[in-house]
Amino acid sequence: MPIQKDMPDPPVEDSRTNKKELRVIGVPRRRVDARAKVTGQTRYADDIALPRMAYCKLLRSPHPHARIQKIDTSRAMAHPGVYLALTGKNLPIEYGILPVSQDEQALCVDHVRHVGDPIAAVIAREELTAFEALDLIDVEYEILTTISDPEEALATPEPRIHEYGEEGNIHKRVSLEFGDVEAGFSEADEVFEDTFFYQGSTHLPIEQHASVAIKDPDGKLTIWSSTQTPHYLHRALAKVLEMPPAHIRVIATPNGGGFGGKSDPFNHEIVVAKAALLLDRPVKICLTREEVFYCHRGRHPVLMKFKTGVKKDGTITAMHLQTLIDGGAYGSYGVASTFYTGALQTTTYHIPRYRFCGCRTFTNKPPCGPKRGHGTVQPRFGQEVQLDKIAEKLKIDPADLRLRIAESPNVVTANYLRLGTVGLAECVRRVVEKSGWKDKFRKLPEGRGVGLACSAYLTGAGLPIYWNKMPHSGVQLKLDRGGGVTVFCGATEIGQGSDDVLAGIVAEVLGLDTFDIRLFTGDTDLGPVDLGSYSSRVTIMAGNAALQAAERAKALLAEAVGQRLEVPKERLSFAQKRVFDSAAPEKSVTFQEAVCLAEARFGTIGTVGSYTPPKSPALYKGGGVGPSPTYSYSAAIVEVMVNPVTGWITVPTIWIAHDIGRALNPTLVRGQIEGSVYMGLGEALMEEQEFRRLPKRLSHALVHKFPSMLEYKSPTSLDMPEVVTELIEEPDPHGPFGAKEVGQGPLLPIMPAVANAVYDAVGVRIDEVPITPEKIVKALAEKKGGRAPRFGPSHFPLVDWPEALRVPPPWEGGDGNAVNDVPHRGKSSIEKEKVLGS
Amino acid sequence: MTTLPIESQKTSRIRITLNGEEVDVAFAPYKTLLELLREDLGHTGTKHGCELGECGACAVLLDGKPVLSCLVLALECDRRNVLTVEGLASDGRLHPLQDAFADLGAAQCGYCTPGILVTAKALLDQIPNPNRDQIREALSGNLCRCTGYLQIFEAVEAAILKIAEQKKSAT
Repeated sequence: MPIQKDMPDPPVEDSRTNKKELRVIGVPRRRVDARAKVTGQTRYADDIALPRMAYCKLLRSPHPHARIQKIDTSRAMAHPGVYLALTGKNLPIEYGILPVSQDEQALCVDHVRHVGDPIAAVIAREELTAFEALDLIDVEYEILTTISDPEEALATPEPRIHEYGEEGNIHKRVSLEFGDVEAGFSEADEVFEDTFFYQGSTHLPIEQHASVAIKDPDGKLTIWSSTQTPHYLHRALAKVLEMPPAHIRVIATPNGGGFGGKSDPFNHEIVVAKAALLLDRPVKICLTREEVFYCHRGRHPVLMKFKTGVKKDGTITAMHLQTLIDGGAYGSYGVASTFYTGALQTTTYHIPRYRFCGCRTFTNKPPCGPKRGHGTVQPRFGQEVQLDKIAEKLKIDPADLRLRIAESPNVVTANYLRLGTVGLAECVRRVVEKSGWKDKFRKLPEGRGVGLACSAYLTGAGLPIYWNKMPHSGVQLKLDRGGGVTVFCGATEIGQGSDDVLAGIVAEVLGLDTFDIRLFTGDTDLGPVDLGSYSSRVTIMAGNAALQAAERAKALLAEAVGQRLEVPKERLSFAQKRVFDSAAPEKSVTFQEAVCLAEARFGTIGTVGSYTPPKSPALYKGGGVGPSPTYSYSAAIVEVMVNPVTGWITVPTIWIAHDIGRALNPTLVRGQIEGSVYMGLGEALMEEQEFRRLPKRLSHALVHKFPSMLEYKSPTSLDMPEVVTELIEEPDPHGPFGAKEVGQGPLLPIMPAVANAVYDAVGVRIDEVPITPEKIVKALAEKKGGRAPRFGPSHFPLVDWPEALRVPPPWEGGDGNAVNDVPHRGKSSIEKEKVLGS
Repeated sequence: MTTLPIESQKTSRIRITLNGEEVDVAFAPYKTLLELLREDLGHTGTKHGCELGECGACAVLLDGKPVLSCLVLALECDRRNVLTVEGLASDGRLHPLQDAFADLGAAQCGYCTPGILVTAKALLDQIPNPNRDQIREALSGNLCRCTGYLQIFEAVEAAILKIAEQKKSAT
C-alpha cells in the first residue's frame, strides 16, 4: 500500500473542539463488534482449532519455594500419544515485561518460586493424554524456606527468591522528596498519621488464558493469544526463541476480559510457540481456572502509612507516604507498580511538599502486577479515607474540603506531573447534588450512611515500557475505489471497545457510519505498532493516530473533489457518505466517487497517523512513572446500610461523576464506569487473593485459599447496586475530540467511599480492604469497649530507606531534576530503561 | 491407564436436536455437553470460564431449561433439545435479546454473553414480563466481570418490550 507522506497535515482544530456538529462521536451507538459478540461468532483464542493441532499442558510446582534437584521426562515421552516434553533447559533465556526485571523463565530451570510455577510441558495428540503424562514426569525438589509476606521478606534475607534486586528479598526501594516536608509539617495546624492495608485481589476475567501457535508454511511463527499486549509478547518471543522479530507474528485475539491480567508475556505463550516450531504442527494451550489464579499479576497487597499536615482551613502543607508492597514471586510490572503507589497522590489536591518511600518485596506467591488502576488504587484508598478523618477533625464537610483543596488545571505538580483539564470540582459538585449529600451526611439514622471519595487516573502512560523515541501508536488507513475504508492498527480489543473508538473517529472525519469501516487490529504483522491495552492509553494514543490518518485521507479527497466541483477545498464537508459544498450542498459527490477522484489524481490511497505523548517535565530518576498527556477525574458517593449486629453491608446506591473530556460513544463510556464501580465494589466488600499455610505435617507450604471462582467471591447480579452515572464533558485538547480515559479511573473512588460511608453509618473506621462484616463487628466491639473504634493495621515496620532523591518543586525553583543526583537527561538509554514503567 | 486416540474413543452415539436441527454424533463417553458442542459439533459460541459450574459462561438450554453444559454429560442428552447462542437468531434476524444486548452495551468483552443470552431467553419464555428483581435472580448464576450487570438488565427489559410489540403486531 503506497503511503502518502508528502501531504501537509490538515488543521485538526475542528476535530478537537466543539465547533462543528458531530454525527458519530458522542452519539450512543452499537459498538462495531457487538453483532459478533451476541451471535457467538467472536473468535477467542480457545475457539481456534486447526488441522493436526496438538495440545499442551504444564506441570506446575506443588511447592511455594524449592530447588529442582532432578527432572526426568522419559516416562512421559514414552507415553502413547505424547509428541514432546519440554523442560527449562529447552527455554533458558530470561524474559519479563520490564527491561529491569528480566527474571522469568518459561519453564523453571532450577528454582521454583510459587505454587503453580511451571517446570515442564507435555505436548500430545489429545489434551487428556498430555494431562495424564504430567503424572509421569519425575521431579525431585529440595524444599526451601517459604517467605509469605513483606515483613517476613524484610526479616528473611536468605534464601533469596531472586539473585537480583536491592538486597535479600527486597526487590525495589525508592525514596523521593519534593520540597522540605519537615518544614511543611511544622507549618501545619494538625498532623495526621494513619496506617492502612489494602488486600490483594485478582482480575478474574471469565476467559481463561489460551494460545495457539503454528509454524507457518514458510517457516515463520504465528501465535494467536489472549493477550492485552501483543507488541510486548512479540518482543519477549523474539528474545527467548532467538528469532528475528520480523519472523514472528502475534495476533491478539479478542480478550474475554483482561483488566490487566493479560498484560505480561506469559510462560505458556512461549512454550506453545517453541513446541509448534519443534513439532511443525499447531499447538494449543488453554489454562484451567486454577492455573489462571497462578498466572495472577493482580493487585499488590500494600501496607501504607500516611502522614499529612493540614492548616485549619484544610489546606495541605505536606504529605509523607510510605508503602510496603507484596510483590509475589516475580518482577512483572512491579518496579512500575512501586512508583505508582506514590506517583498520583499529587494529582487531585494541591500538595506543596511531598515525600514518598516505597518498598516492594519478593514473596513465594504468584506474582502481582497491574490490575485496573495499577498501583494507584491502594494509596488512593488510604489518602481518601484519611481525608475523611481530617474533614471530621477540622469540622469541615468532606465535600467542601475537597472543593477547597482541589488542584487547578494545567499546572505542574510537586512531583512534576503536568495536568491537563481538571474536572474534579465539577465531579464533586455533581455527585453532591444528585445524591442529596447535604441532607444525608451525618444525618441518616444509625446503620445508614453515605461516604464520598475522589480520584484521578492516567490517560495513558507517558513513557513506553522500553526506552525509545518512536510513536506509541500507529494507524494505517486504506481507501479503495469501492468506497471501502480499512483501518490497520495494533490496538487490542479486550472488551473495552478500542475497535469502536477507531471506527468512530475515522467514520466521523470521513462522513461515514462505523459500519462502513473495516478493522484489522491487534496483529503485529498487519498493523503498525500499538503498545497495548494498558494504562488507559488506547483512546488517546490509537485514537489520535486514527484521527491523524483520517484527516490526511480527508485532505487528499478534498483536494481531488474540490478540483472536480470547482469549490475551494476548505468549503467541502464530509457527511452522510457524501462530500459536498457546504455553501451549496447540491454540489456533491458520493464518498466512493471522492475516493475514485483522489485515486485518479494521487494513485491508490493510503495514509498513516501516529501518536507520541508530550515530553514530561519530570527529569529525575523515577520520574518516568506517572506522566500522562492528561488525567481523568472521578468522584463517588456510596450509600450503605450496615447491620449493627452482624456487620452485614448492603449498598443500595452509588452516585459517580467522571470527567471524561468527551464521551466518544456514551453507551460504552457508561459501561466502563459501571464496570469500574462493580469491580471496585467487589474489592471493597469481598474480593481477596488470600493464602494460607498448610499444617506443618503437610509441608507447611503456602497455598491459595481460593483458587476457584466459587470461593473467590465476586459480586453477582444480586449484589449490584443502582448506579447513577454523571459525565463531565469538558473536551481536553490532548484527546481525540477531547476524550480522556474511562476504563480505570472510576474504580478508584469506590473503596474509600465505602469505608467512609461505613463510618457515617455505624461510627467505626475500617482502614483495610476488603471491608467485611467480620471486621465491622470487631470494630464495633472495640467501640463498645471504649477503645479506638477501628479495624486496621497497627504499625508500619521499619524499612531501611535509601537517601531520598531531593527534587525541589517548581515553586521552589526546581527544574525537574534531583539536586543530589546527576541530571538524568542525557544518561545512556540503558540507565534510562531502569526508571521506565507502564 | 493409557488414553486411546480420540477417534477410537468415539464409542458413544446420540441424536440431539441442536438449534432446531437433528444431528447424530459419535463421541468419547467422558465428554460433557460443553465439550461435545465445542469439540465434536464445532459450536464454539458456547464458552467456558471454569468447567466447574461456577461461572455460568457455558449455559445452554436443554429442553428449554438453562443448564451449565460443563456439568452435563453428553450421554444424558440423547433425544433431547439443545439451544445455544447460535440458535437464537431466526430467519436471518437477530433475536430481540441479541439486538438489545448489541445496542445497549450489554456485551463488552462478550465472553459471558452467550450464556447470559440463553439464560435470559429461558426466563422470558417462562415469565414474559419479569420485573428487575426477577431478572437479577435469573441471571445470578452468570458472572460478568465487565459490565456491572446494569446494561444487561436494561437490555433484557428493552427486549421484553420489543417482544411484546412483535407479538402485538403479529396478532
